[in-house]
Order: sequence, then C-alpha cells, then structure tokens
Amino acid sequence: MNLYTRRRLINYISLGISLFAMCFGLFWLFWILHTLFSNGLPGINMALFTQTTPAPGSAGGLANAILGSLQMSLVGVLIGTPIGIMAGTYLAEFGDRGWLAPATRFINDILLAAPSIVIGLFVFQIYVAQVEHFSGWAGGIALSLLVIPVVLRTTENMLRLVPSAMREAAYALGAPQWKMVLFVTLRAAKAGVATGILLAVARILGETAPLLFTALNNQFFSNMNQPMANLPVVIFQFAMSPYEDWHTLAWAGALLIGLFVLGLNVIARVMLREPKQH
Amino acid sequence: MSDQAKRMKMQRLQDALFVGSTRFFAFLVLATLSGIIISLIYGAMPSIKAFGLSFITSTEWNPVTEQFGAWPSIRGTLLSSFIALLIAVPLSFGIALFLTELAPVWLRRPLGIAIELLAGVPSIIYGMWGLFIFAPLFADHVQPWLTETTANWPLIGELFAGPPMGIGMFTAALILAIMIIPFISSVMRDVFEVVPPMLKESAYGLGSTTWEVVWNVVVPYTKNGIVGGVMLGLGRALGETMAVTFVIGNAQQVMPSLFDPATTISATLANEFTEAHGELYTASLIELGLLLFVITFIVLVLSKLLLLRLQRSEGAHS
Repeated sequence: MNLYTRRRLINYISLGISLFAMCFGLFWLFWILHTLFSNGLPGINMALFTQTTPAPGSAGGLANAILGSLQMSLVGVLIGTPIGIMAGTYLAEFGDRGWLAPATRFINDILLAAPSIVIGLFVFQIYVAQVEHFSGWAGGIALSLLVIPVVLRTTENMLRLVPSAMREAAYALGAPQWKMVLFVTLRAAKAGVATGILLAVARILGETAPLLFTALNNQFFSNMNQPMANLPVVIFQFAMSPYEDWHTLAWAGALLIGLFVLGLNVIARVMLREPKQH
Repeated sequence: MSDQAKRMKMQRLQDALFVGSTRFFAFLVLATLSGIIISLIYGAMPSIKAFGLSFITSTEWNPVTEQFGAWPSIRGTLLSSFIALLIAVPLSFGIALFLTELAPVWLRRPLGIAIELLAGVPSIIYGMWGLFIFAPLFADHVQPWLTETTANWPLIGELFAGPPMGIGMFTAALILAIMIIPFISSVMRDVFEVVPPMLKESAYGLGSTTWEVVWNVVVPYTKNGIVGGVMLGLGRALGETMAVTFVIGNAQQVMPSLFDPATTISATLANEFTEAHGELYTASLIELGLLLFVITFIVLVLSKLLLLRLQRSEGAHS
C-alpha cells in the first residue's frame, strides 16, 4: 500500500468514525424522546390537570404538583431575574475598571455549572434549618439561585453586542447613565435578555435536586409557607415506588416537563441568533 | 442655585444610586459563593470535629452506630465521572469534528441544536429512562455477553464480573456520558471554529487530508480549549444527581466490579438527607456536600482558566 492510499484510508476511517459519533448522539436523543412519548402519552388526560396526587391504587392527577412547580418557578424567576439583569448590567456597562467585574464574571461561570444539589443544601442551611420547616418559599429561593447565573451571563453578552455608538449618542444628548442603560442599551438588548430568562425557566422547571431539601413534597395543594408538591420531586418519588399506577403518572409528568423544557429550549435558540464570530 | 444646577445635581444622585445598586448586585453574586462555602462548613462542623480527616478515607457508613465515612461516595463520584469521560470525550470529539468540518453548511445548525437538546433533557428523565428502559435491556443483552467475553482476561475480567442486574456503576457512567456529550462537544465545536481559516487552508494547500488538518493543525491550536471543555463536562458529571440516583443502586460499599451497585456523593445526599435524624448524621451529609462542592469547584476553575488562556492567545486577532 503506498503512502497516498494509506493517508486516504486513514482519512476515510476517521471521518467515518466522526459520522458514527454524530449518529450515536442523535440515536440517544431519539430513543429517549421515543420512550418519553410512548410511556407518557397514555397517562395524559383531564384528571391529570384537575386532581391531586393520589394514594397508590386510587385515581388521581398531578394538579397540585403542576401548580406547585409553576408557583415556585415564578418565585424563582421573580427573584432571580432582576438580580441577574442588574449584575449583568454592571458587568457590561460599568465594570471595565476594578476587580469586581472580572471576579464576578469568573465566579458566575462557576455557579452556572455548580452542582444544583449543593444549592439545595445551602438553602436548607440558611432558610429551612432556621425556620425549621420545609416550604415553597425555600424552593423558590433555591430556584432563584439557579436563575441568576443564566440571566446574568446572557444579559452581559447581549449588552456587549450593543454598538457603543448608541451609548455615545445617548450621552451626547445629555442623558444620565441610568436613562442610557434603561432606555437605550437594555432596550436594544431586550430580545436577548428575554431569551436568557426563557433558558433559565427551562433550566429550573426540570430541576429536582435543589427542591428535595427545600420544598420537599406534599400530597395536597398548599400555600407557599408549607412543604409544596412539585413535578420533579413527585416524579422521582412515584418512579422509585413499586406501584404501577404511580409509574404511569410519573411518565405523564415526565412528558409534561420534557415537552415544556425542550419547547422552551427550541424557542430560545431560534430567538437567539448565534452571536457573530470575530 | 439655578434650576439647571439643581437638575444636574439630581441626575448625578440618580446615577450614583443606579450604578451603586448594579454594583451591589454584582457583589451579591460574588458573596453567594462565599456564603455557600461558609454555610456548608458551619453545617458540617459536628462531623468535621468527630471524624477529622478519617471521614474521607473511611469506608464505613452506618447511621445506626453513627459511624460515617465518605470513601464509598467519593470513590463512586470520581470513578463514575472518570468512566463517563472515557466514553464521552472521543464521541464528543467526533461530533465536534462532524459539525465543523464534515457536515454541509445547511445541516450544521439543526444538528448542533439537536445535540444541544440532549443537554436540555431534564436529568430526571434520563434517570427514568435509564431505570425502566435501558437497565433491563442492558442486563439482558449486554452484561452477560461482556461478563463472558472478559471472564478470563486478567484485571479487566474482574471489572465486568458479577450478576447482570442492569443497575450499577457502569450503567450510571454510561448515562452520565450521554448527558455530558453535548457540553463537551459544544465547547469543542466553538473552539474549533476559532482556528483562523488561513492556517487550515495553508495545510489543505500543502495537500493534507481533512483528518491531517484536524489532527495536526486544529487540535494543537485549540488544545487548551479542548481540555477546558473536557473539564467542564467533568464538572457536570461530578455534580449530576437525579440520573445517577436512579440507576447506580445506592449501596454504601466499595466493590471491584463495575456491575455492582455503588453510590455517589449526590446520590447519597438525594436518598438520605431528608430522612436523616441526629445532628451527626445531618452534619456528615452536609460535609459530603461540601466535599462535592470543593471537588467541582477545583475542576471548574481549572476548566475556566484553560479556556481563558485560549481566548487570550487568540485575542490578538479578534
């Protein structure tokens, strides 16, 4: 075999392996999605949205868990979004000098990938252990700590894409800094910031680990000051149980979460045009 | 004082307030991290005092006698993540290569999004799929075959011995690998794209094949970024909770075979924390969480530093 055929052969083999890796990745995605639909669809009915979580053997739905998840995610987003946007604004607009901005950026990237179960432990320590009961508020706070890094990162990136000519124009007209940021740059970046919030919602809707030690679970509807049912923890509990009808509910809940999260991801990615590479 | 001067003074005050509050929130994010570490150390104090360093090395985890050793959990976390990396890194490399060099341009974006969706699937769904669908198939069709084939191989045979139960260390690592592929491959894809086209075209101009360009030009140019991406995936794998809790078997033991049930730090926490009573038990679990945080923190910092270094070296022409 001469040198040329050998080089060509190596090329074909490695590119073939690369193609195989791609198909392999897609294979898992489709397998998981297929499983999700074929097991989840039979459980989807009206009772799922109108009745509370049942005892084993009796009929019921996931209404309290769905409501709990929505409430806690809402709290998480309401607390996390303003903090994330403000901090992101500082990093992009005012943080060019000094140590605070680089340090925050660095730490934020680490918080973005930090294990979410540790966030749960942290909120347990500072909130649940102090008031001595699990609650929906604690769950919401834990989720807000997951929202902040995502919103901060996208806000900063999006503000940096705003051309500085717009800032200079605002200053030239005599606008103060807060007007410049609120009415010019944040306004120009609002689609991107909204995408960041969507991604954050997609992230917290499926999170189980931080809720285990904060919101715990509840068989009934509850207010924010009590332990609160939520989809991920109910799915976890039901899936680990030996009861067939609980499994059906767990799959139906998993399908709901999966559809919601993947849908949000797709919408966010379509909204977020890839930032230009330099 | 004229009207004008009053307005100016007002504006300056508003500006100071606004900038100050954004700075405050940036600082708050920074403080969160120290808050996490301090609160965990505080919560873990009883266990740190009771066991000292032997907490890390002891394999005994017995809530009844209040003897707590973290080694089975730590070993499980490290080993499952390591095996996951062994599987995920080559596959991610192949996917990144496909997305940057091979796929037709119109296919790149949809395929990239499809792979990133794998990262979007909530981990609890991976867990259920692993427990109900994957583990039984794995136990019926793959495990017996692996056990038989490797039975007489020295060292390796021991890793794949034991009854085919489907759940255990190996299954957990495999599912972790699938979960971190999108993270590693998307970092690799991004760093491959920063290679100046001029460099690649010069190599093609000399008659290199696609593979030779990738291996001899792209990889050396981006090696810091590649390692950074791998570390990012490792950070994810170390902290992953739900998927692992479903399939690892949750057994506080150190067994040689990868087919035996084991546990990880996060799985131990998820299973035992809400049911733990007694100060020492809770404190030991919090210390486990602290160890997990410290390990992932170190890995993530390394990953970040490597990626920053790549950015800086490439900063000259961006």
